[in-house]
Amino acid sequence: MAKITLTVNGEKRSAEVEDRTLLANFLRDTLNLTGTHVGCDTSQCGACTVHVDGRAVKSCTMLAAQADGADVLTIEGLAKNGKLHPAQAAFTECHALQCGFCTPGMIMTTAALLKDHPQPTDDEIVHGLEGNLCRCTGYLNIIKAVKRAAELQGK
Amino acid sequence: MYAFQYRKAKTLQEAVDWLAKDEEARPLSGGMTLLPTLKARLAQPSQLIDIAGLAELAGIENKNGVLTIGAATRYYQIATSPVVREVLPALASLVSTVADPQVRNRGTLGGSVANNDPAADSPAAVLALNATVITNKREIAADDFFQGMFTTALEPGELVVKVAFPLPRAAAYCKFPHPASGYAVAGVFIAQTAAGVRVAVTGAGASGVFRWSEAEQALAKDMSAAAIDKLTLAADDINEDIHGSREYRAQLVKVMAGRAAAAISGKK
Repeated sequence: MAKITLTVNGEKRSAEVEDRTLLANFLRDTLNLTGTHVGCDTSQCGACTVHVDGRAVKSCTMLAAQADGADVLTIEGLAKNGKLHPAQAAFTECHALQCGFCTPGMIMTTAALLKDHPQPTDDEIVHGLEGNLCRCTGYLNIIKAVKRAAELQGK
Repeated sequence: MYAFQYRKAKTLQEAVDWLAKDEEARPLSGGMTLLPTLKARLAQPSQLIDIAGLAELAGIENKNGVLTIGAATRYYQIATSPVVREVLPALASLVSTVADPQVRNRGTLGGSVANNDPAADSPAAVLALNATVITNKREIAADDFFQGMFTTALEPGELVVKVAFPLPRAAAYCKFPHPASGYAVAGVFIAQTAAGVRVAVTGAGASGVFRWSEAEQALAKDMSAAAIDKLTLAADDINEDIHGSREYRAQLVKVMAGRAAAAISGKK
């Protein structure tokens, strides 16, 4: 067993986990933060994307033990003081989803993308979302939402 | 995943000692290949020794015409490093094409080099640039390091510490990525080095990354796509799988090599 202490959505959390526990499972099963979805479980779909020390990572491909001491942000921690993050607001406004399963990961990746590229080009958006799969929308509204999120963020 | 013990090493020496004491233990860097392998139950190590945080494996330094990159440097750090972008832009752009942003935020240069996946991008850069792989025991020339798919000169318990890239006069990498995985179906790295033109091909070789000597000779005389056009790449040693036949891949190698040559010289 591994003893870990990490910050999740601004709160310090300590737990004892099996060494092989994945960060995604730790968030969902131990902390009950089920907004982080596990889609493919093979590091491809990006539904499990969270931020670790400010960078987007696939939490199904990281051990909870590797996140010891890290600062983790999940979809539950993205809104601040009841105000949606620009990416969340834009996904709602642009209807950038159908079933919604990929949405937490899409939004977390978008939030990270906007930190690196506050005014992303179409190319930067498409390549920036390469690690996230959506099987419903065909991506058009998702791309629109990322552009809208950039506008909202700039305001 | 089968159960294992996770241990985070504080120093390189500690990691080396732990690995030496247990031959079933494996080093863990970014984990972008190892963790999926474990999840598929394709390996059953007793311990994972986390080396990603080791200070000895960190850092990017440009000194005396050699760019040295710590093994645990993550792809995004290389891609966004002002030093790498200035002195070796071909490497910065190569790592920007690996997989996707989330994977580049975790995956490391040393992990990829040590793994020597036959479709990975980094081995092509290391081989074409005539880099030196520096381990905890010795320095290994790229020509001696890669020994067939998933096989390297590394001995059990030997860890890649740094990779030293002598700066080329010019270099370019072109790949045809698999549309889903981003892995190279064929990728060609061309470097104009002090030792002449070097051409490394990844994704296509039946035994992993290889140098294409005919292309090196032709491009030494004429760095252009036209020079590549005249060559034939024998399909015998080319990999064949569901993504492409030997002949298709051999043709792709020529096209990628032609594009890389044109990117260097501007000559079609």
